[in-house]
Amino acid sequence: MINIKVLGSGCSNCKTTYARIEKAAQDKKVEITLEKIEDMAQIMSYGIMSTPGVVIDGEVVHAGGIPDQKKIEAWF
Amino acid sequence: MFEQLANVLIYQIGGLSPSSPLGASLHFFVMDTAKIFVMLIIIIYIMGLFRTLLSPEKVREYIRGRSKALARTLAIILGAVTPFCSCSSVPLFIGFVEAGIPLGVTFSFLIASPMINEVAVVLLLGILGWKLTLLYVIAGLTVAYIGGVAMERFHPEKWVEPYVWKIQMGQIVQPAVDTSLRGRHEFAKSEVQDIVRRIWLWVLIGVGVGAMFHGYFPESWIESLSDKDNLLAVPMAVILGVPLYSNAVGVIPLAEAMLIKGVAIGTTLALMMSIAAISLPELLILRKVIRLPGLLLFVSILTVSIISVGWAFNFLGGYL
Repeated sequence: MINIKVLGSGCSNCKTTYARIEKAAQDKKVEITLEKIEDMAQIMSYGIMSTPGVVIDGEVVHAGGIPDQKKIEAWF
Repeated sequence: MFEQLANVLIYQIGGLSPSSPLGASLHFFVMDTAKIFVMLIIIIYIMGLFRTLLSPEKVREYIRGRSKALARTLAIILGAVTPFCSCSSVPLFIGFVEAGIPLGVTFSFLIASPMINEVAVVLLLGILGWKLTLLYVIAGLTVAYIGGVAMERFHPEKWVEPYVWKIQMGQIVQPAVDTSLRGRHEFAKSEVQDIVRRIWLWVLIGVGVGAMFHGYFPESWIESLSDKDNLLAVPMAVILGVPLYSNAVGVIPLAEAMLIKGVAIGTTLALMMSIAAISLPELLILRKVIRLPGLLLFVSILTVSIISVGWAFNFLGGYL
């Protein structure tokens, strides 16, 4: 089980990122727990200044912009 | 090339006359849409290849701890060249505050960033020529500088939402990126898709308005805007531009049409700046960190600076 967090203040890029990860996990049949972090203090505590950010098992793997399909699949 | 394409499509196949308003409008629309999208794709792709050169995180490191004048100059230049989506304004603002960067400097960054960006600059170069591009960039940098200095005078700290000061940032992390040629190509490709998807509508609207301006607006209507001795033209253009919101890229075709119709340079630049720099969505996002009076002041200062710069350019217009 992979724990994935999408960090973002609810902008459209963040929603797209969330949806893409959700879909990629379904397609690949990977079990994940997906969370949305919208609280600014929490987002900043990960040390990023560009959103959306993606955190996997506590590690920041992406910041700023929508990650592409290949990148997402590489995380699984 | 694009002109020929429009000639063939509108005048030869469509059978419209270049002198009719509809023909002139459609010709402008086809020519500009084709030109802008081809240029956009090429520029974004090339910029995408050079990613990782700059990010807000890096900018923060460059600026922090510098003297105010140097910090502001850096913030404006870096703001102009750093790609960042307006939805990142809030984390960026907090990150700057947390690094102890003065608020006035942060405001300068926030003004410069949406107004000037590499995509807009290359499009300006291709469509309006180097002289106007240079003027637009100088005008934008000036407004960002003055705007930040003026904000500072009012001690904007009192309008910052209290929670902002309490946020502790974690260690800055820069996720590793694939810097191989293949990785860069993939990234550049996704950047093109991403940005084109985000701004295509603005571009079409911008070209559409420009095209209507081109074909339909009667000269007499524009006369009031085109008279450079008419001091009211610039404030009128700015006030017209405040509620209008577009990406800096979408404004370019409108500016092109205005200039062709003889609107003065300063008036055109002022309209472009007010459309690109002051936008409701951006303000709503900033509202999360700055209280309303501070935002209103921000908008007023921007409006006044843009009007002053517009006047200056109209005044200098005769010598350029």
